[in-house]
Amino acid sequence: MTIDAATNPPMVPNAAAGPVIHPAWVRVTHWTNALAMLIMIGSGWQIYDASPLFGFTFPRQIALGDWLAGALLWHFAAMWLLVINGVAYVSLGILSGRFRTKLFPIRPREVMRDFVAALRGKLSHEDLSAYNAVQKLLYAGALLAGIVIVLSGLSIWKPVQFWWLTDFFGGYNTARYVHFAAMASIVTFLTVHVVLALIVPKSLRAMIFGR
Amino acid sequence: MSRPRKAPSGVDPNLLIEDAAKLLPVRSRRSFLRGVVSLGALATLTGCDIIDGDTSENALRIVSRFNDWVQARLFNPHTLAPTYPESAVMRPFRFNAYYAEDEAPDIDGEKYQLEIGGLVDNKKPWTLPELYKLPEVSQITRLVCVEGWSAIGSWQGVKLSHFLRLIGADTGAKYVWFQCAEGYSNTIDMPTALHPQTQLTLKFDHKILPRAYGFPIRIRIPTKLGFKNPKYVTALWVQNNDAGGYWENQGYNWFSGL
Repeated sequence: MTIDAATNPPMVPNAAAGPVIHPAWVRVTHWTNALAMLIMIGSGWQIYDASPLFGFTFPRQIALGDWLAGALLWHFAAMWLLVINGVAYVSLGILSGRFRTKLFPIRPREVMRDFVAALRGKLSHEDLSAYNAVQKLLYAGALLAGIVIVLSGLSIWKPVQFWWLTDFFGGYNTARYVHFAAMASIVTFLTVHVVLALIVPKSLRAMIFGR
Repeated sequence: MSRPRKAPSGVDPNLLIEDAAKLLPVRSRRSFLRGVVSLGALATLTGCDIIDGDTSENALRIVSRFNDWVQARLFNPHTLAPTYPESAVMRPFRFNAYYAEDEAPDIDGEKYQLEIGGLVDNKKPWTLPELYKLPEVSQITRLVCVEGWSAIGSWQGVKLSHFLRLIGADTGAKYVWFQCAEGYSNTIDMPTALHPQTQLTLKFDHKILPRAYGFPIRIRIPTKLGFKNPKYVTALWVQNNDAGGYWENQGYNWFSGL
């Protein structure tokens, strides 16, 4: 059996225009991660509210799970999705060389230059396949925050079985603050990320259709 | 399976059940997954009721049972909970329950007897003077609440594994079930019951356990969340069926290991 590409064009817009920016595995893991993160953050806020670390609580309307037990059920179900998807993403990112070629090197001087250019609205988005230095730094930072949030979460879930990991994060109480700080970093990243994707809609299209 | 449940003297069971009912989730059981603005858009997009209702609740409970299985395998019977110096003990220790401190069971130690049942050779009930004569062990460990806070306490009592052997318990059975004076109950797995730090606790900070911390008996399990550490224990049963527990039956994870 043969498939004639000319008579069976792929069902994506502008199929012939340019190479694939985001291969399928990047897009699948990206949106799976987005779903898992939203569930983890929403249920995490509800869990936080049961014993707040700071002088505020999250409004119940934006917290998932309705009460502590429900939130914990969501949190400890979505963690599997987050971790399995995250391990797949990081493994493929390393093995395919994508992290090496797209995210590194990150040079402070270039970050400063691109950051200033971005503020002045003079940063080019012509070539979506190459990240500017600010993007590289933000994506690498988000990746790091993702690793920290999983490990610190594991350390407060199992402070006896993985006591060495809890010690690494400065003990049970400090690990809770680390887990919270990683969440705050991810939410900040997510806010900037979504705003910028809406300002440059073709980047959103690329993450859905690949190009 | 039926078992006699006589209320200990000095405790009005009706009053206690009223107190427990007050602390159930405000809304009905069916709505306990609701309140989901962050995921509301998703539910609208897919056009199906994935956030609310019995389907998602059942799915989440299945994952929770899977997590019980995972935790039972993560549990290492030789891994000890970290211990702390005397100076780390929280004094006064935090009172914690689903009722106010003055509503806690007030048990008459003179008349009290620990009821023993299930798969054990000797079902003779135990009085407090008999329990106080048993060899004492001590631990300073962290109690971690399911809510997230924690507190370091100092507990003394009998190793539960020692007590189980003393009463000729079948340690090949799957569970140990505890009944408490206020109607609370808990089931734990046998490997946890036999863990060297699992303690039939009679004292806090070297003094007879005060009413606030579970007089006359608390089961102290530093490898489990606080709600799996029952207070005001009146009966201990060794059995092969899972009798659940007060919070577990409302959706909290059954194993809740640390």
